[in-house]
Amino acid sequence: MTEDPHAIAPNPPQRALPLHRQMDRIWSDLPGWRGSVASVNHGTIGLRFMATSFLFFSIGGVLAMLIRAQLATRDGAFLDTQLYNQIFTMHGSIMMFLFAIPMLEGLAMWLLPKILGARDMAFPRLGALGYWCYLFGGIIILSSLLFGVAPDGGWFMYVPLSGKTYTPGISADVWLLGVTFVEISAMAAAVEIIVTILRLRAAGMALTRMPLMGWYMLGTAAMMLVGFPPLILGSILLELERAFDWPFFDVLRGGDPMLWQHLFWLFGHPEVYIIFLPAAGVLSTIIPVFARTRILGYGAIVAAIVGLVFLSFGLWVHHMFTVGIPHMALAFFSAASALVAVPTSVQIFAWIGTMWAGRVDLRLPMLHVIGFFATFVMGGLTGVMLAMVPFNWQAHDTHFVVAHLHYVLVGGFVFPMLAGITYWMPMISGRFRVRALGEAAFWLIFLGFHGTFFIMHLTGLLGMPRRVDRYPDNPEWEWLNLVSSIGGMVMSVGFALFVLDIAMQWLFGRRSHRNPWKAQTMDWAMALPAPSYNFASLAGAGRHDASVTLPLARGEGLLPGAPRDRREVLVTEPGTGRPDHVAVLPGNTRLPIWTAAAIGSFFLLMLAGLYWATPLAILLILWAAWQWGGFMGSRRDAEPLAVAPGLALHEHWQMRNTLAYSGTVTLLVADATLYASLLFGVAFLTVIAPNWPPPDSGLGWPVLLTGAAALLMMGLGLVASLLAEAQRAAPPGRLAALAGVAAAGLALLLLAGVAWQFDDPTRHARDALRAALLGYAGFHGVVTLMLALRSLADVRQGRTSAMRRGAAPVWQLFQAFWLGTSALSLGVVALQEIG
Amino acid sequence: MLIGSGLITVLVLTLAGLAIWRGPRPSDERRWTIWWGLGFSMSVLAVLLAFALRAGERIIARDDGTLQVEAEAQQWRWRFVQPGPDGPVQTEGVLYVPAGQPFDIVLTSRDVIHSFWVPQLGGKMDAIPGHRNVHRLMADAPGTHEGLCAEFCGIGHAAMRFEVVVYDPADPPPFVSAESLP
Repeated sequence: MTEDPHAIAPNPPQRALPLHRQMDRIWSDLPGWRGSVASVNHGTIGLRFMATSFLFFSIGGVLAMLIRAQLATRDGAFLDTQLYNQIFTMHGSIMMFLFAIPMLEGLAMWLLPKILGARDMAFPRLGALGYWCYLFGGIIILSSLLFGVAPDGGWFMYVPLSGKTYTPGISADVWLLGVTFVEISAMAAAVEIIVTILRLRAAGMALTRMPLMGWYMLGTAAMMLVGFPPLILGSILLELERAFDWPFFDVLRGGDPMLWQHLFWLFGHPEVYIIFLPAAGVLSTIIPVFARTRILGYGAIVAAIVGLVFLSFGLWVHHMFTVGIPHMALAFFSAASALVAVPTSVQIFAWIGTMWAGRVDLRLPMLHVIGFFATFVMGGLTGVMLAMVPFNWQAHDTHFVVAHLHYVLVGGFVFPMLAGITYWMPMISGRFRVRALGEAAFWLIFLGFHGTFFIMHLTGLLGMPRRVDRYPDNPEWEWLNLVSSIGGMVMSVGFALFVLDIAMQWLFGRRSHRNPWKAQTMDWAMALPAPSYNFASLAGAGRHDASVTLPLARGEGLLPGAPRDRREVLVTEPGTGRPDHVAVLPGNTRLPIWTAAAIGSFFLLMLAGLYWATPLAILLILWAAWQWGGFMGSRRDAEPLAVAPGLALHEHWQMRNTLAYSGTVTLLVADATLYASLLFGVAFLTVIAPNWPPPDSGLGWPVLLTGAAALLMMGLGLVASLLAEAQRAAPPGRLAALAGVAAAGLALLLLAGVAWQFDDPTRHARDALRAALLGYAGFHGVVTLMLALRSLADVRQGRTSAMRRGAAPVWQLFQAFWLGTSALSLGVVALQEIG
Repeated sequence: MLIGSGLITVLVLTLAGLAIWRGPRPSDERRWTIWWGLGFSMSVLAVLLAFALRAGERIIARDDGTLQVEAEAQQWRWRFVQPGPDGPVQTEGVLYVPAGQPFDIVLTSRDVIHSFWVPQLGGKMDAIPGHRNVHRLMADAPGTHEGLCAEFCGIGHAAMRFEVVVYDPADPPPFVSAESLP
C-alpha cells in the first residue's frame, strides 16, 4: 500500500453513547414550539421544506382536479371563467414555485451534509430564513385564493394582460410580490448549496471524486444563482410599473411587452433543468445501489451536467417561437433546444448501462425509477419535436404542450422524488415501511398519470388550445377530455395512498437497522434515524463511504464531539478537500423568523398599496439585518484547535477566506446577473422597442458631475475599506473605518442629488430605466454603509486584532461591487446623453 | 416525427427493460456513453434539424409581393382587412382568402397579446401590441375553417374565435356589400 501524503492519524476511540449525548445536546433543536421556531439545523429545516412543499403539492393537485372536473364535459358548468382562470394560474404557480423548487431545496439541505460527510450546511441561519420566507410568501399567495383575488393571468404572467390596465386589482401584485418573497429562499438556498459543496466536504474528498449528487446539486445551484435574478428583476420592474406607473412594458412610452417574455423565459427555461438535475441526482444515487454495482461513466455524467448547465441558458427563446423573430435566430435556438437532448441522453444511457452491468433488485424505489424511464423518455422526445419550429408553430399553446410539460416534470421530477422519498424514508423515520401499500400507490399514480396525459397529446393535435374553460363547438374533444379527467382522479387516489404509506411507515413501521439498502455513500454511515449532528467525528482522508460508521461514531475521525460546547465544522479547500480551518456555526436562534417577518411586513405593505409606510418596514429589515452580525466575530485570539493528532487548525475568525467570504462572492455573482439583466433591459428597449428615441432629457453636465462625485466617494470608500483591514491592529484602522462610513454616506447623498435632477420616471421607459439603475446603486449604497458601520463597530468593540479581520473583507467586496456597477450605470447615462 | 419518437421510446424502454430483467453482463462504459449517448442522439437530431430547417425556410414569410391581409386583435374579437374588388375591405370575425395561393397575414394588437391560429391551415403567430408580425399561410381548397386565439388573453379568451372562408379565386364571394364599412 502506498502512503497517502495527506493521511491524518485517527483520534483515540471513545465510548459512542456519551459522545452521542454530548453532541446531541449541542446540535438538537430546543424543546417545545418556541424551540422549534428557533431551529437552524439542516435536518430540521430540510425536512420542513420537503413536508411544506408536499402540502403545497396536495393543494396544487386539488386545483388540478378542479380543472379536470371542469373540462370533463364540453359545457363545463362547474366553475365560472373568472374562477377557472384563477385556478389554472394558481395550479401552475404553486407547482413551480411552492412545490418543485422548495422540494429540491429541502432535499439538498437535508441530504447534502450527510452525503458529503459534514455536520450542517454552511449557513444554518440563512437556511432557516429561507424557509420562513418561503412559508410566509406561500401563505400570502395561497390566501389570495381564499379571498377570491388570486392571480388569473396564467403562470407566466404575460404583460400587458398582467399590467394595471387589464388586471386592475391586486391579483397580479399577489403573484409578483408573493413569488419574489418566496424566491428569497431560492437565492439563499443557491448560495448555501454552492458553499456547502465546495467547502464543507469531508477531509480529502476531492471534487473529482465526490458523490454524483454533489455535482448535480452544484449544477442546480449554479443555475439557480444565474437563473432566478432575471425573474426577480422582471417582477420588480413589473411591480414598479403597476405601483408607480414606470413604463417598462408600455409600448406607448417606449416600453415593450417582449422584455417581460425575455426576462421570464431567461429564468423559465433553466428552471426546467433546475428541477430536473436534482431528480437526476437521485437517480444516479439510487440506481447503482439497487443494481448492486457502481455508477457507469462518472466522468461522462459530470460532463453532461456541466453541458446542461451551459446549454440551459441558450434556449429560452424556444418558448417564444411564435412571437415573430427572424428565421436565423429561430434556427439557432431550435438547434440549441435539440442539442440539450444530448447530455440528457448520455445520462439515460449511462443509467441503462449501469443496470446492464448489475443485477437489479426491484424494490419500491426502483419501481418509481421505472416510472421515470417510461415517462421521461417520451416527454423528452416530444420536447425535441417541439424544438422543431414548424411543428412548434402548430402545437404551441395547445394541450400537446400541456401533455409534454407534464411528462417532463412528472417524469423528470415527481417520479424520481417519489423514488428518493421511499429510498431515504428509513433514514428519516428510522423505520421500514409497511408492505404493499407503496406498490399499490405507485401503480395508481403511474396508470393514472398516463391515462391523463398520454391521450392529451392527441387532444392537442386535434387543436384544443390551453386555458379554455369550455368548448361547446368541439364535441370531438369531449371523450378525450373525459378520459383525461378519469385518469387524473386515479392519479390523485394514488398520491393519497402514497401519503398514507409514509404516515404508516412513520407510525407503525418496524425499526430499521443501519444501512438497510447496503448503500455505499456516506449518508448511510450513521445511526437511524439520522442524528441531529450527523457524524460524531468527521471522516478523514481515505475512505468516504458507508463503511466508516463505527469509527466515526466512536470519535476516531476529525474534530470529535463538542468539547467546547459549540457547533464546530471542518472547512476544506474547494478542489482537493484539504482541511483548512474550523468554522463555528450559530446555534438555535429566533432571528431568522423575525427577519422573515420584517421582510414580510414590507411585502404586505406593498401589497396593500401603503407605499408611504414601507420606509418603516425597511428600517425594521435593516435593524434585523444588523442583529445578524452580532454573532459574527470574536473578541479574543484563540490557539489552533486540535482536530486530529498532529493536525491543529484555526477558528474561522482568524481566517480570511471564510465560509462567509465565499458566500458573499457567490451572492455577488447572482447580484451581477441581476444587474446584467437590467443592462439587457436597457439595450433591448433602446434597440427593439417602438417609440424611441425618447423626448429630450435636458440633462447636461451637472448630473454627470454629481454622478462622478458620487463615484469618487465610492472609490475613497474602497481605499478606506482596504486600509481598515490592512491597519486593523493599529489606530489608523479605526480612522479608516470611520472614513469609510463617511464616504458611503456622502456617496448616498450625491446619488440623491442625481435623483433630484433626473426626469420623471413615468414619462418614458428610458427615464424609468435610469431611475431603476439609480435605485440599484442606492440599494447597494445602503448595504455598503451597513458593512462599513459593522467594520467600525468591530474595531470599537475589540473584534479585530492582528489575527482577526472582522467584517472588512466582506465590506471591500460590496464596496468594489457598488463602485463597479455605479460606474457602468453612469457610463450608460452618459452614452444616452451623447448618443 | 411521431412514428420516429414512438420507435425511439420503444427502443430505449426495451434497453432499460432488458437491463433490469436480465442478469448482470459486462457493460462497457464507452459503448453506453459515447456510442449510444452521444452518437445515437446526435445523428437523430441532425437529421431532424435539417428537415425542420428546410420546412421552416419554405413557410417563412418574406417580402416577395405575396397577397397581404391584415388582422387586428382586441379583447376579444378579430378585425380583418382583405383586398376587395374596390380596395381594402374590413370585416369582423371572418377572414376571406383565396384558395391555392399563399398569403401573408399581418398581425397587430390593440391591447394585450393574442395569437392567431387556424389549426387546419398551419402554425400560429402572436399579435403583440407595438409590433407587426407577418405570417405566411396557404389554403389548398375552398371551404370554411375555424380559427381561435391561442394565447391566453383574459376572461373572454375561450370565446375569441373567428372563421376563415377560403374561396375559389375564380368566384369571389359578394361579401363587399354586406360587411364592409363606409
